[in-house]
Amino acid sequence: MSDPFLIGDSLSGGYGRGVDILHSCTISVNEGEIAVIVGPNGAGKSTAMKAVFGMLDLHEGSVKLGGEDISHLSPQDRVAKGMAFVPQNSNTFTSLTVEENLEMGAFLRRDDISGTLAQVYELFPVLKEKRRQTAGELSGGQRQQVAVGRALMTQPRVLMLDEPTAGVSPVVMDELFDRIIEVARTGISILMVEQNARQALEIADRGYVMVQGQNAFTDTGEALLADPEVRRSFLGG
Amino acid sequence: MDLLNAIVAFANFVMLPAVAYGSQLALGALGVTMIYGILRFSNFAHGDTMAFGAMATILGTWWLQAMGVSLGPLPTALLALPAGIAATAVLVLLTDRLVYRFYREQKSAPVILVIVSMGVMFVTNGLVRFVIGVDEQRFADGARFIITAREFKELTGLKEGLAIKSTAMLTVVVAIIVVALLFWFLNRTRTGKSMRAFSDNEDLALLSGISPERVVMFTWIIVAALATIAGVLYGLDKSFKPFNYFQLLLPIFASAIVGGLGNPIGAIAGGFVIAFSEVTITYAFKKVAGYLIPAWEPQGLVQLLSTDYKFAVSFALLIVVLLFRPTGLFRGKAL
Amino acid sequence: MTLKPRDMTLFLAVLALIAATGFLQSWNVALGILNMGLVSAIMALGVNMQWGYAGLFNIGVMGFLALGGLSTVIISKPPVVEAWDAGGPRVIFALLVGTAAIVAAILAWKRMPAGKARAPALVAILILGFFVYRWLFDPAVAAIEAVSPARAGNLGGLGLPVLIAWPVGALLAAGAAWVVGKTALGLRSDYLAIATLGISEIIIAVLKNEDWLSRGVKNVSGIPRPVPYEIDLQNSERFVERVSAFGFDPVTASTITVKLAYAGLFLAVLIFLLWLAQAALNSPWGRMMRAIRDNEVAAEAMGKDVTARHLQVFILGSAVCGLAGAMMTTLDGQLTPASYQPLRFTFLIWVMVIVGGSGNNFGAVLGGMLIWYLWVMVEPLGVALIGGITAGMPDGFWLKDHLLETAAHMRLLTMGLILLLVLRFSPRGLIPER
Repeated sequence: MSDPFLIGDSLSGGYGRGVDILHSCTISVNEGEIAVIVGPNGAGKSTAMKAVFGMLDLHEGSVKLGGEDISHLSPQDRVAKGMAFVPQNSNTFTSLTVEENLEMGAFLRRDDISGTLAQVYELFPVLKEKRRQTAGELSGGQRQQVAVGRALMTQPRVLMLDEPTAGVSPVVMDELFDRIIEVARTGISILMVEQNARQALEIADRGYVMVQGQNAFTDTGEALLADPEVRRSFLGG
Repeated sequence: MDLLNAIVAFANFVMLPAVAYGSQLALGALGVTMIYGILRFSNFAHGDTMAFGAMATILGTWWLQAMGVSLGPLPTALLALPAGIAATAVLVLLTDRLVYRFYREQKSAPVILVIVSMGVMFVTNGLVRFVIGVDEQRFADGARFIITAREFKELTGLKEGLAIKSTAMLTVVVAIIVVALLFWFLNRTRTGKSMRAFSDNEDLALLSGISPERVVMFTWIIVAALATIAGVLYGLDKSFKPFNYFQLLLPIFASAIVGGLGNPIGAIAGGFVIAFSEVTITYAFKKVAGYLIPAWEPQGLVQLLSTDYKFAVSFALLIVVLLFRPTGLFRGKAL
Repeated sequence: MTLKPRDMTLFLAVLALIAATGFLQSWNVALGILNMGLVSAIMALGVNMQWGYAGLFNIGVMGFLALGGLSTVIISKPPVVEAWDAGGPRVIFALLVGTAAIVAAILAWKRMPAGKARAPALVAILILGFFVYRWLFDPAVAAIEAVSPARAGNLGGLGLPVLIAWPVGALLAAGAAWVVGKTALGLRSDYLAIATLGISEIIIAVLKNEDWLSRGVKNVSGIPRPVPYEIDLQNSERFVERVSAFGFDPVTASTITVKLAYAGLFLAVLIFLLWLAQAALNSPWGRMMRAIRDNEVAAEAMGKDVTARHLQVFILGSAVCGLAGAMMTTLDGQLTPASYQPLRFTFLIWVMVIVGGSGNNFGAVLGGMLIWYLWVMVEPLGVALIGGITAGMPDGFWLKDHLLETAAHMRLLTMGLILLLVLRFSPRGLIPER
């Protein structure tokens, strides 16, 4: 197997001078694929993703993007390198309109953004309809679409999503997953953390089951779903 | 006829002064609210920033007057305004670089920044006194009135005159232009939108690649412009005295809080609410009442509150808003 | 907590500075600085209770000081009998009616069910109350102020010993603090700041304009003293005999004796308050206050009533400020409402607390004495400095004249710089909290 496009290799670290939350944890994603991190509460799923994005103090391991070592870059610099991150909470500018939210996503770009804007509207038609409304007036699912759309506006090579379906209804969740697959088909790598392990693994090319800050199982999504031990321990039988 | 006279008297002594004063307060409150929304602290040095801006403009005006430059009917100060804004921008940017930035990087609590702003207030106040002294300075020139009370009486045949001071008119016109420009900037330009985004959600702004230092720099420049314009208009309309600007702090903060801290539209609304309340409540209605109810001859001035207590009006409104609607009329941030 | 050797050295250094003024300039000046320094230390103690113990941001110190000053007038000045006859009871009655209206409005708001009738009822009570109040109040005030305005024009006071005014000043300030605290505590910290700023401006406006109470800008002078008068000492044979035996000039000796007597009184109050403050800080109550300050959410989760505790400490701190205000006016011997300036009487106290070390009572005392010393000395030093700088310039040169003229304003600049430097490089102050 060739080197993955984005890899966080044997990461260990924690917040500030606190205890380590991650212990030699490895997360990677290939170009145009979907990688999903699942695991019980408090296993360090979000932390692992934040470590890849540079929001954690690492003292071991490295992060590489397209072969380049980016371990020492700040999150902002990683954005410029083509990584986009959608946080779990307050991931939209609630007082700005939908369109302004998307424009802010493209803040670093100096070229014409109308093409990307059209793409995002095509992906999420409801956003086009509501583009003059403020994001704060939208429903939870629509707001997640704004959040993902904002991240896509940077034309990222990797899109990182922290529990994108938290707090939305099952119908909306399915729709969001469909959109995420569509995004991956355009060649963007996707790394996401999910509570809804079963549904997420179904769309995953690669799955990571984390327990207590360590990799417990790593395989294709399909294989993990089929693994009796994973099923018993993490997917509720 | 008496009704008309009453209306004219009311307009002359309440409406016009309140509109001018409200514009000045609104501009001041906009500055306070911008700092609050983006740098996230209450800037107690704002009154003294206004004094500094006005002082810089006055020095420029005097220089222009000495060179024999004039704007005809308009005050020469308008010509000196850009230089005054530039000087104030330099001052606040320097202050930010030397003082505030350190605390921003430390992620200090807002209350620490408020205390720091107290230190800046002292220094700026000292600087202004050092350069121009504590005395009253007059720098208004050009036409005094657009229409004088006598002209108005002759024109209309009414007993009451309506005097429109050119400075009051100028205040309103300039304030409208400034507010329009500000809103255009905030809502239509990329930098303005990024400032609103930063104010809304700092973390997400960082994730979008918005540079905080750039946002902060633009904020200070805009605040310098707002403070200078507010300071100069106030100085033209009333007179320039450094201590008065310190005293404006209370009504300005009251305006910003009544409107909703961090909300620009709220700041403007708050400014006019405070100004109208202050002027109406401290105005002696004897004359107006005399026209309306000729039979009634009031003994006193028919004044609800002596002008010496105008602070009490700002204060009372502030308390009412704090008690019943702490986020202000237009829902600012309640951290 | 006991004082560390380093802290003792700092205190001795400030005393040495004052003593140096005594040796170099005059002991009268030095003792003057010492006395006001002691009063400033008490002001700083009060602010430190609010800010240092509890993190409350009070920038209305001036108002509480002024209330203390007012209490000296009310307590110690002899009553103006004609003025009392002219309208005293009516003014008191008017004030009672006004207060009753406000209380009735609050009760109406609290007792009435929320509905359409509540807000109009509240407004109606307030408006009616206001007009009744003014109808009672205005004629009474006019009558009082008409009584020999050049000499009196006010009600005077109770004619009691002035020392009683000190605790009364504390009570007045505590009452005002209760009103402010009830409304603005529990909201964001800067709202309390603005509210206190507002109330202090209003208190000063009252003192400046309510001539029947404080004679307004006509000032009240000749407030009785708790210590002997110089002239009495000079006329006392025993005093003159005694100081002459030591080889002192009776006139100088009398002024110094008076100042020393004040110093003794102030020092006694300061030590007493410091002892109380230390005991409070180290008691379970003090620990709880600091716990609340450091983590309000956690304290609230542990069942502490944060707002009630804050109200307590806010009232206590303001009372100390009121006491200090009464002491200051007693020292001055007169109440001059126009002299209350926020930069001097609110923000300077803050500089004292921050420089001394917020959260530490000894720090506040040290800061009070040191900053007061600097406040007094910076002006002559500034003038001397500017004099030195401009010495080389020709006489009549505009810059020289301007600089010499404005040298006095160096004070504010210096105080601001000191505050900013301390905040930046030693944010915990000279004597940090443990």
